[in-house]
Amino acid sequence: MAGYDAETLARLTEDAAAVVARYPEDPRSALLPLLHLVQSVDGYVSPAGIAFCAGTLDLSTAEVSAVATFYTQYKRHPNGTYTVGVCTNTLCAVMGGDAIWSELSEHLGIGHDETTEDGAITLERVECNAACDYAPVVMVNWEFFDNQTPDSAIATVDALRSGQPVRPTRGADQVVSFRETSRVLAGFPDGRADQGPGAGDATLVGLRLARREGWVAPGETPPATRRARGGKREES
Amino acid sequence: MTTLTPILSKHWDADRSWSMATYQANGGYTALRTALGTDPADLITQIKDSGLRGRGGAGFPTGMKWGFLPAPDGGPRYLVVNADESEPGTCKDIPLMMATPHQLVEGVIITAYAIGCHHAFIYLRGEVVHVYRRLLQAVQEAYDAGLLGSDVGGSGFQLDVTVHAGAGAYICGEETALLDSLEGRRGQPRLKPPFPAVEGLYARPTVVNNVESIASVPQIVGRGADWFKEMGTERSTGFGLFSLSGHVQHPGQYEAPLGITLRELLEMAGGIREGHELKFWTPGGSSTPLFTAEHLDVPLDYESVAKAGSMLGTRALQIFDDSVCVVRAITRWAEFYKHESCGKCTPCREGTSWLVQVLQRIESGRGSAEDLDTLLDVCDNILGRAFCALGDGATSTITSGITQFRAEFEAHLNGAGCPFDPAAATLFDSRRVTDAAGTVGA
Repeated sequence: MAGYDAETLARLTEDAAAVVARYPEDPRSALLPLLHLVQSVDGYVSPAGIAFCAGTLDLSTAEVSAVATFYTQYKRHPNGTYTVGVCTNTLCAVMGGDAIWSELSEHLGIGHDETTEDGAITLERVECNAACDYAPVVMVNWEFFDNQTPDSAIATVDALRSGQPVRPTRGADQVVSFRETSRVLAGFPDGRADQGPGAGDATLVGLRLARREGWVAPGETPPATRRARGGKREES
Repeated sequence: MTTLTPILSKHWDADRSWSMATYQANGGYTALRTALGTDPADLITQIKDSGLRGRGGAGFPTGMKWGFLPAPDGGPRYLVVNADESEPGTCKDIPLMMATPHQLVEGVIITAYAIGCHHAFIYLRGEVVHVYRRLLQAVQEAYDAGLLGSDVGGSGFQLDVTVHAGAGAYICGEETALLDSLEGRRGQPRLKPPFPAVEGLYARPTVVNNVESIASVPQIVGRGADWFKEMGTERSTGFGLFSLSGHVQHPGQYEAPLGITLRELLEMAGGIREGHELKFWTPGGSSTPLFTAEHLDVPLDYESVAKAGSMLGTRALQIFDDSVCVVRAITRWAEFYKHESCGKCTPCREGTSWLVQVLQRIESGRGSAEDLDTLLDVCDNILGRAFCALGDGATSTITSGITQFRAEFEAHLNGAGCPFDPAAATLFDSRRVTDAAGTVGA
């Protein structure tokens, strides 16, 4: 197929077959993961990648393009190694997302969907990423950076640009590249599921309060009662 | 006083909470064993009896949704879990799946067994890669343990589960748009009827349920419908995750019976940011009409919130204090709906675009009194006329905002501009500035 050397094409073809096999009822369901897969090879949805998806699923390139352009995670031009997305939906924006956005944009000298000259950072405004209790939120390659400030966000992008490992607040031990992230999103595990915490502080705030207060669901024994019965103190 | 009831959140802080070993050590998969020894029809009856209503926002009774599937005709039927959590303010399913993905997997297996499904899908939004890792691993662990595959738990029941990552589109949280997306198309909603129960995924009978709904199923099967009904109100039974965000001292997840009030939750969360007062809040995400301090004692159940003029939605309680300009907040939400409108129907595509133009004009001080009427008129032409609920949702904060804060809108008009200082609303220089930020040098 045009655009890929034989080795790349062989690897893509093998991976694509694994993706398609997940959808025995209708191979077309494989299109979204295949587009993630293309991004894992090319760093964006390239013309060659569109042709590859079309050929794999017996679609026209127009049909594949129509799908690819609908979703914001699919990039129409080469992406930086790291997508840095600042949530500027209302709640994060008000809590500081707008300030983070403008300072980062100025610091990097780029605007929305633009990439630094060294190819390291693509900056984006992103919509709500389901972490409002950690506002203001920044996403780097779709890993959570919670409770951000302009300074913390700038420190993060500086570290990324200088090649230092960077750890998200809730995620893998280290942010991986855009291409590596895309491969996971295509459904290929990278062995990092056991890294990072199960939950952050905001996630646990209600649970911890309930424990302190001895509040439990109906039918459960409150810790205070257990304490009285057993005569020894139990934290949980 | 209503108190918290940690149920789904009970083991979120356990060591390696996401692993099958930890989940099982805390009683996980015992409800599945019970379910596999129960007649599927009885399971559906049990969920109906519990009164569980969809936790994804619409609040439709879950058991009834299952019951709508036509009688088996020998062909496939599908369960699709809506894990596309994207409604602004909503942040409950993502932490649930990150901490304890097996709760969802167990719920999927029980539900699939109950409705006669042999291939279930979990459609996760693509913008949460670590949650996707955890779900993929949880499903693999379930296969390895024989709880998925050709002979689930030795029962002879066969089930495959595919975890599918989306690619960034709020509209895919709408169940028929989700199905189109899962079929490899642009995520645009379908005309209903036919409803998914009749013609859903691959035009076959399909149940689409929210993550929290499905994760609640093992609890009901394990502890009984009556236990579930001990919590909540008569028509809004059970428990739910209440997600507090914004200008509260301790934002986060609070699991409580439906019917708890914001006053009670705020007290648990340490109150509003120091030195400020509550100004407005959303009871269930940005698609629900705004509430104010007048609504602090509205029981947060489906009926009471509706009666007070809003919707319980996803229990996404976004709290804004008196430092926040309501016009700015509403304009930003409007920009969101414009960005996320799929473009399929004219009222939503054109309407959200006009709403943004008029709101931006007002916010920047270039608006006139007529613009407020124009906004209300455009909202009136979207509400009830759009193809799906996205258009309706776009109007919620605008109409409720103008009704409750008309003077603040007017203060922006005729060259005045915004009287608020955005810096006063940020968290910097107040709390949590130095901790928890991403650490460099892993």
